[in-house]
Amino acid sequence: MNALKSIIKYQVHDTFRSKWLVVYTLFFVVLSYGLLSFTNDSNKVILSLLNINMIVIPLTSLIFGTIYLYNNRDYIILILSQPINRKTLFVGLYLGLSVPMVLSFLLGTGLPILIYIRNFKEAGTVLLNLFVGGVFETFIFVSVSFLIATMNENKMKGLGLAIFLWLFFTALYDGLILITLQVLREYPLEIPSIIFTILNPIDLSRLLVILRFDISALMGYTGAVFNQFLGSGFGMIVSIISLAVWCVVPLFFGLKTFSRKDF
Amino acid sequence: MCLIMSRIRNSVLILFLFLSTDFIFPKTITVGKNEKIKSIKQALALCEDGDVIRITGGFYPESNLVVTKQISLLGIDLPTISGSRKERILTVRANNVAVSGIHFADAGASFVKDNAAVKLDSVTGCAIENNEFSNNFFGIYLGKSWNCKIRNNKIIASQKAQTYSGNGIHLWYCKNIIIEGNTIDGHRDGIYLEFVRRSLIKNNFSTRNLRYGLHFMFSDSCEYSHNTFQHNSAGVAVMFTHHVQMHSNLFINNWGGASFGLLLKEITDGKIYNNKFVRNTCGIYLEGSNRNIVEHNLFENNGWAIRLMANSMDNNFMKNNFVGNSFEVTTNNTRNYNTFANNYWSDYQGYDLNKDGIGETPHHPVKLFSLLVEKNRPTLLLLRSFFVELLNTAEKVFPVLTPETLVDKYPEMSFIK
Amino acid sequence: MIRAEKLYKKYGALEALKGLDVEIKSNTLTYIVGPNGSGKTTFIKSVLGLVKPTSGNIFVDGTKLNGIYNYRAKIGYMPQIASFPENLSVKEVLTLLKEIRNVNEKFDDELIHLLNLEKEFEKRIKTLSGGTKQKLNAVIAFLFNPQILILDEPSAGLDPVSSSILKDKILKEKNAGKTILFTSHIMSELEELAEEIIFLLEGSICFAGKKDELIAMTGEKNLERAIANLMVGEKV
Repeated sequence: MNALKSIIKYQVHDTFRSKWLVVYTLFFVVLSYGLLSFTNDSNKVILSLLNINMIVIPLTSLIFGTIYLYNNRDYIILILSQPINRKTLFVGLYLGLSVPMVLSFLLGTGLPILIYIRNFKEAGTVLLNLFVGGVFETFIFVSVSFLIATMNENKMKGLGLAIFLWLFFTALYDGLILITLQVLREYPLEIPSIIFTILNPIDLSRLLVILRFDISALMGYTGAVFNQFLGSGFGMIVSIISLAVWCVVPLFFGLKTFSRKDF
Repeated sequence: MCLIMSRIRNSVLILFLFLSTDFIFPKTITVGKNEKIKSIKQALALCEDGDVIRITGGFYPESNLVVTKQISLLGIDLPTISGSRKERILTVRANNVAVSGIHFADAGASFVKDNAAVKLDSVTGCAIENNEFSNNFFGIYLGKSWNCKIRNNKIIASQKAQTYSGNGIHLWYCKNIIIEGNTIDGHRDGIYLEFVRRSLIKNNFSTRNLRYGLHFMFSDSCEYSHNTFQHNSAGVAVMFTHHVQMHSNLFINNWGGASFGLLLKEITDGKIYNNKFVRNTCGIYLEGSNRNIVEHNLFENNGWAIRLMANSMDNNFMKNNFVGNSFEVTTNNTRNYNTFANNYWSDYQGYDLNKDGIGETPHHPVKLFSLLVEKNRPTLLLLRSFFVELLNTAEKVFPVLTPETLVDKYPEMSFIK
Repeated sequence: MIRAEKLYKKYGALEALKGLDVEIKSNTLTYIVGPNGSGKTTFIKSVLGLVKPTSGNIFVDGTKLNGIYNYRAKIGYMPQIASFPENLSVKEVLTLLKEIRNVNEKFDDELIHLLNLEKEFEKRIKTLSGGTKQKLNAVIAFLFNPQILILDEPSAGLDPVSSSILKDKILKEKNAGKTILFTSHIMSELEELAEEIIFLLEGSICFAGKKDELIAMTGEKNLERAIANLMVGEKV
C-alpha cells in the first residue's frame, strides 16, 4: 500500500510539472472562459463543453495514455526490478496520469464557470452531469490506452489503434447505430438501441447530459420504453454503473496483460 | 360631493330595481340548518325575481336544482352543495343570475348527460364568481348563453381517466363571455369552447388537465391573454378558427408523446404574440394553418420549438426568440411557403461583420437530424452526438433533404428584448 | 546463490534461451558474455522477474521464482539504459525508491560522493546529461546494500573516470561478500574482474566455469582471445 501511495505521489508530481498538462489545462481555461465571455446563454456553453467531453477528452486521454506508457518503458523496468508488485505499479501509473488529467479538466473548465456561476442557476444538475461525464471519460480512455499500450509493443501500432478507437467511439459507432436503425426501422428497436448506446462510453456521457437537457422535453415522444429508461432514476443509475464498468474492465485486462508481460 | 353623488346613484339603482321587479320588494331568503328554510330547493321554490338567497355554511346534499328566477345565490362561509356523485347540481334557466361563494362538489359522471356543477342554459347576464368546485364531472357549463362572466373560480378534479372526467369550463354556442382569473386543475379539458364568438379568456391558470389546458374549435374573434397553461397532458389545442388573438400567455411543461404547447389546426389569420413557450415537447405545432402572424414570442428549452406541417402556408414568424430548443423548426416537406425573419436563434453560428445586429449568413433552423427523428423515433437517442452534428453540418452546406427556402435570412445576433 | 534449471524462453518464434542450466555461486563475480542476441539480457531479466520464462525454474537463494517479488529486496539492478520520470529531481527519484523499498536507513551512498552527484540533487531528470543519468543508475543499484548485484553493460555510457570508480566499487563489494553478475557484449575493462565466466551463444551455454579454466582450456593468453577462440570453434 505504501508503495502504491509513493508511486501515485511521485507520478502525480511528475505529471503536474509537465508542459503538456499545463497546455491541456490552459486549453480548457481559454475555451471555457472564451465561451462564457462570448455568450450569456448557459445552454450554448454546456453544449460546447459537451462536445469537448465527447471529442477532446477521449482523444487526449487515449494518446497521452499510450505515449505515457511507451515513453516510460525503461523507467517501468527500473521500478519493476525493485521489490514491488506489478499490479501496484500499473495502478500507480494509471492514477498518476489520470488523476492530474481529471483535475486539469475540472480546474480548467470549472474555474471560469465559477466566475460566471450566476448564468448557471438553473443548470445545476446538467453541469454536474457534464463534469461527471468528463471525469469518467478521462478515467475510461486512459484505462483503454493503457490496455492498448500493454498489448502492443509496437509504438506506431499502438498509437494508430488509439486513434482508430477514438474515431470509432466518437463517430463511426453512432453512424453504425443510425444506419442499423434506419435499415431495420420496421422492427421495434428501442431496447436494442438503448443497449447499443450503453456499450459506448462516449454515448453514455452524452446521455448523462441530454437526459437532463433535452430528453425531459422530448420525453414521451419516443415511446414508453425510452420513457421508462430515460425518464427515471433507473436510467441514470444504469448509465453510471455502465460508465464505471467501462473504467474497470479495460484496466482489469490491462493489469492482467501487464502482470504477464515480458519487459 | 362624492357622497351625494353615490347616494343619488343608489337611489336610481333602487328605483330601477323597483321598476324591474314590478314593484314587489325584493327579499332575502336565508337557508341553513338553524334557519326556518333548511333546503335550497325550498328556497328556490319560494323566491321571486330580484331575491337574494343566502346559503349559510354547511353541507347540502341536493341535486337537480333549477333556477328559474332572476336571483342571486350567495354562499356565506362557503357552504357545500353536493351532487353525491350521481346528478347535476345547479341549472340556471333565468337571466341575470349571480352565483358566488359556494362550494360545488361531486356532480356525478355520466356517459349520456353532461352533468355539470353549474349549468347556464340559454341565458344572458349571469355571473359565476368566487366559487369553488371539486370533483365534478363538468365544472361550469354554458350552453347558448350571452354576456356572462365566469370569474375567480377554483375548479379542481382528480379523475385519472378521460372518460370519467368532463371539462372545467365548457362553452357551447356562446357570445360575449368573460372567463377571467379561474384556476382549473385536473379536468379533461381545462377550458373548452365550441362555436363561441367575441369572448375574452384572461388570467386563467389551467393545469394538470387530462387532455388540453385550453381547447377551442369554431370560435372566431376571441381573445386569449395572460393565461398560464402548465403540465397539461396535451397542452392547448386551437382548431378551425379565424381571427384569433393569443397573446401574453405562458405555455409551460406540457410534456408527452402527443403533447404541444400550442396546437394550431386549420387556423387562419390569427395573431400569436408575446407568448412564452417553455419546456414543452413541442412549442407550436401547425397543421393546415395559414396567414398567421407569430411574433415576439419566446421559445425556450422545448423539444421542438415549431413543427410546421407542410400544408401550412404564408405564416410569418418574426422577432421571436429561440433559446436552447433541442430542435428549432422541423417540417415534413422539402418546400416551404412560410416566412422566417429577424428572429433570434441561439443555435445560430454566423457572424455580424458590419455590426448592424443582423447576422450576415442565413440561419437554417431545420436540421437534417430532426427530419430523421420525425420518421424514425428511436434515432433520437443519437441527439447531439458527434456523428449527427457532422450530418447536420454536411446538410447545411449541401441541402438535399431539408427545405432550402426555410431559412431566416436576417437572424438577430442577440436576444430580442 | 542463483540457480537456473532448464530455463527456456521463446518470444514468438524466436528462441532466446534454450534450456539453460546454470548456477551462480554466492560471493562470486560472474561475467556473462556473449554476442548480441545471445540471451544475456533475457537471462538477467528472468532472474529479476521482468521476463517470464516459457519453462524451467529459477531459484534465488533457494526461493523459487513464480510471480513473487519480495526477493528483489536482495537485488540491486543497473539496467543498460537509465530512464526516470523527467520532471522529478534526482533527490525525488531516490526518495521514491526508498519509499518503494520501505527502507529509511543504512544506505550505501558512497558512490554518490565518489561520482560527485550531490550537486545534481535538486536538478530535474530532464536537465541531466546521459552520463549523469547513467551515474544515477549505478548509484541506485548499490544504494540499498543488496546482497546480489546485477549490472547490465555497466560501463556503457560512463566516462573512463566514472567507469574506474565503478570498477573499484564492484571489487570492494565483492570483497564484502556480495554476489555480482555483470554482462557485456564487448570486452570491457571490467572483464579482468571476472572470476566466473558464463559464455552464452544463441541461447545456450557455450562455457561456464572459472576464467582461468577457460583460458587454460583454449590455450590463449587472455580472456578476449579465449572467447574469440570459442566463438570461432562454435562456428566451425
